[in-house]
Amino acid sequence: MIKAVMVMNTQGKTRLAKFYEYLPVEKQQELIRGVFAVLCSRAENVSNFIDAESIFGPDSRLVYKHFATLYFVFVFDSSENELAVLDLIQVFVETLDRCFKNVCELDVVFNYSKVHTILDEMIFGGQVVETSSSEIMKAVEEISKLEAASNAITLIPKSASGWRSR
Amino acid sequence: MGSQGGFYQSKEFLDLVKSIGEARSKAEEDRIVLGEIDTLKRRISDPDIPKRKMKEYIIRLVYVEMLGHDASFGYIHAVKMTHDDSLLVKRTGYLAVTLFLNEDHDLIILIVNTIQKDLKSDNYLVACAALNAVCKLINEETIPAVLPQVVELLAHPKEAVRKKATMALHRFYQKSPSSVSHLVSNFRKRLCDNDPGVMGATLCPLFELITIDVNSYKDLVMSFVSILKQVTERRLPKAYDYHQMPAPFIQIKLLKILALLGSGDKQASENMYTVVGDIFRKCDSSSNIGNAVLYECICCVSSIYPNPKLLESAADAISRFLKSDSHNLKYMGIDALGRLIKISPEIAEQHQLAVIDCLEDPDDTLKRKTFELLYKMTKSTNVEVIVDRMIDYMISINDNHYKTEIASRCVELAEQFAPSNQWFIQTMNKVFAHAGDLVNTKVAHNLMRLIAEGFGEDDDTADSQLRSSAVESYLHILGEPKLPSVFLQVICWVLGEYGTADGRYSASYITGKLCDVAEAYSDDETVKAYAVTALMKIYAIEIAAGRKVDMLPECQSLMEEFLASHSTDLQQRAYELQAVIGLDAHAVESIMPSDASCEDIEVDKALSFLNGYIEDSIEKGAQPYIPESERSGMLNISNFRNQDHHEASSHGLRFEAYELPKQTLQSRIPPASLASTELVPVSEPMYVRESYQTTIVPSASSDAGSTELKLRLDGVQKKWGRQTHSPATSTSSSTSQKTVNGITQVDGSNTSNSRTRETYDSRKQHVEITPEKQKLAASLFGGSSKSEKKPATGHKIPKPSSHVVEKSHARKSSMEIASEKKASFQQPPDLLDFGEPTVKSAAPSVDPFKELEGLLEPTTQFASAENHGSTAAATKSPDMMGLYTETPAGIYDKDDSDILSGLSNPPVTNMFGGTTSTQVAQSSKGPNLKDALEKDALVRQMGVTPSSPNPNLFKDLFG
Repeated sequence: MIKAVMVMNTQGKTRLAKFYEYLPVEKQQELIRGVFAVLCSRAENVSNFIDAESIFGPDSRLVYKHFATLYFVFVFDSSENELAVLDLIQVFVETLDRCFKNVCELDVVFNYSKVHTILDEMIFGGQVVETSSSEIMKAVEEISKLEAASNAITLIPKSASGWRSR
Repeated sequence: MGSQGGFYQSKEFLDLVKSIGEARSKAEEDRIVLGEIDTLKRRISDPDIPKRKMKEYIIRLVYVEMLGHDASFGYIHAVKMTHDDSLLVKRTGYLAVTLFLNEDHDLIILIVNTIQKDLKSDNYLVACAALNAVCKLINEETIPAVLPQVVELLAHPKEAVRKKATMALHRFYQKSPSSVSHLVSNFRKRLCDNDPGVMGATLCPLFELITIDVNSYKDLVMSFVSILKQVTERRLPKAYDYHQMPAPFIQIKLLKILALLGSGDKQASENMYTVVGDIFRKCDSSSNIGNAVLYECICCVSSIYPNPKLLESAADAISRFLKSDSHNLKYMGIDALGRLIKISPEIAEQHQLAVIDCLEDPDDTLKRKTFELLYKMTKSTNVEVIVDRMIDYMISINDNHYKTEIASRCVELAEQFAPSNQWFIQTMNKVFAHAGDLVNTKVAHNLMRLIAEGFGEDDDTADSQLRSSAVESYLHILGEPKLPSVFLQVICWVLGEYGTADGRYSASYITGKLCDVAEAYSDDETVKAYAVTALMKIYAIEIAAGRKVDMLPECQSLMEEFLASHSTDLQQRAYELQAVIGLDAHAVESIMPSDASCEDIEVDKALSFLNGYIEDSIEKGAQPYIPESERSGMLNISNFRNQDHHEASSHGLRFEAYELPKQTLQSRIPPASLASTELVPVSEPMYVRESYQTTIVPSASSDAGSTELKLRLDGVQKKWGRQTHSPATSTSSSTSQKTVNGITQVDGSNTSNSRTRETYDSRKQHVEITPEKQKLAASLFGGSSKSEKKPATGHKIPKPSSHVVEKSHARKSSMEIASEKKASFQQPPDLLDFGEPTVKSAAPSVDPFKELEGLLEPTTQFASAENHGSTAAATKSPDMMGLYTETPAGIYDKDDSDILSGLSNPPVTNMFGGTTSTQVAQSSKGPNLKDALEKDALVRQMGVTPSSPNPNLFKDLFG
């Protein structure tokens, strides 16, 4: 199962953090800082895997990938395969790229909720549910479309829309 | 920029992000965020803000919390948003709620109703959002409230909903298996879903279920195999292709499941061989994901019932991984090697140089993985090299977590495979000196026991040699500054027991050293206590030997200090020392017999040795002792104590009524265990900590439980029995646990910031000259490097007789070692070797042939079996047909007939049988010869000629 997904920039600023098991905010921050400390001490040309047991407790592995100014970090347990998770990050980034056309750090910041939507389509309750980038795109586009539509409806007086959705 | 998503973001938010991005310090960032929180607090409570604005505030709130600030003031607004009708607002609300709240939060009660409603919504996106929240926010108690709706959604027309409902059900299963146990069959049903996405997602819960209970899912083997086959034959929609691989993630999950199902099950495994072999052949090893699938294949092959052909493919894949430049692949290769050597240990030898490269790699992750591999392949021939390497690495790192782990591994290996006592002591010294505070105190006690008991059963000289070498090394080590407490305790103990035993050091020298320790580590009470006791032992030995004892002045001043110590323990020890010194030789000999640490101490619980004294007293007119239960006047008080005792041990509330005092009394104190029960109520708080007394407490109470009162106090008695048991045992271990916890907590705080230095270190190592590496390889892969040269000289050359002699000698000596070891511990089965581990590794020059023969035999059998199979293929195939038709294969109905004809075609199986037999025959001969030649060349290159075996290797074997 996947324990956490984090996106942070090379300065250590968190851009996205999602923990699939509840942790208090302070603990989350502590973990993120711990991860960042390890990440920035890694040299170039080394493996993308880190033994994360000292940060996340027993049976946890960490895979990260560095894109431009961002680190994408997935933390998971022994039921996943490291190389596959590396490709899962690739799928995630490819999807972001398709969604935002040449994704950059700012896209992730400003479309915070959309990035969450994409992630939710991929990983659900800590399990990988979808690995096809085009399927994810389809779902996300449909959500945006319907959301836009429902937004338009809300401009109509509230009672009408309330009646509709029942 | 960024607006393609169509999500509305205000300028304010943009400014916020920008200013945070430009913040030059954490303090500045905090100031900005606090300002933002103020703004949000003010605005968010405004009763009539437009929804769109509200949505943005919530997003900003999420952002603020992500940066580590408290946003709890806005949680309630996020909850309110989930009630909204607009999809956009509702989804935002759900997103925020899932990020903000946990399943036990007070606000959950306000959401459950909404979730219930939304799960029934016509709009599938609403249902999806609700399912998302269900995963995060529903706890064991609220599962029943939403379960019916979730189950209903399992049959929803939209595949996205079915997928999520399945996962939600899985989540429920994780949280509380009992609440959904009747619904587990749904996962099987979903496996047959028409949509590959749903099928793929269902594999996650199934994987977990199968991990828990393999046997109830054996019937699905054929279904999984046929799904995997269809996937590899590209029958899934193109959308699932990833880098030209057909649905690799689904393949990986399936392989994981097959690995579980085939583990130790020959019949199930045989069904998988074909498809796994196909994947090996088809996999594109140039892409990352292709290698991921390959790796999973290796894992599967090493888990299921072994098949020589697949093992060979796996070994090939591993060598490709290890030869790759990518660190990721090397890492996976090392990991896979660690799995495969359990089945075929001989493949390690081909990769020895690659493994050593990985060991010296600057990449820390890779290095650790390699140490893990070495740990798995340690045997008595290479233990010295491996443990030395591990200790070197342990010294070089600062990561306390890993240091602890590697230290305990060193200890474990040293205990299992130690070639000599000397080496063992030295190794332990190194481990303790560098990671003493991190290792478990149990390890220290083991070491003490080992020194006390010795390795041999009746070889006293070896034992005393061991002890005097320990004493000598400890006296030497004491000169070093800042030793870990645990190590000092061991040192003090050993010096006290054996410091003067061999007569090389005088009592005054040893006592002087002990006083130095107690002074140098004056803030460590435990060490001081150990030192005082050690002093007492030395003086006792001196007195018992009839020598005159004169205390050193520093020792005397130390004692004076301890006599007035705040620690009662120290005080007591000091007084005891004082008392012992005043006694005569005979008395001392009986209270402190020398070298009796291993003798069992029998505790006379009834204090029978006092009988004479008691009789005397009674004769002189003293009152005889009346057991507590027979004393009438004190009933109430003692009963009160008993109650009290129970209260203390059960911390929770008690819901049962208190029973009548009289009954408890009778049951509590059976006259049989008089002495022990007497002790308990009086001094309970003190004695609970000591191990003797705690063992008495539960036994007394369980005695009480078994007496007559069963009928009336049925439920109560059971509960009590357990409660008194558990606190008693936990208190005895709690102190040690606490310290361990304390240590690990310390670990956490300073784990980081060490990597850089270490990478430098390892880089330095990397420049090492190759001959050295070769030597290391030879010593690591000891047994195998010898076999490298043998085959080159030819198979049939009769072995020189000297070899045989040597061999038998080696065997004898190793047997000795083995028997020695047996004395102190049970040797676990060696993973790497087939049979008797020590014998085999001690005679490396012969055994590779045995191994080869061993390998050949089954394969020939296999081949012939296959031949039989091919002749009988016609009779067999209907069976297979039957198997396929029996499986619940309705998965891709349209394809079914295709698979059937493809799979169970008699010619195909026939051909397969034929090819395996020939290939197997080749494989057992061809590559080996070639390998042998290659290796021979390699060995010559290294300059290690067959006639001069590696000195490192043989020194310990024969010397």
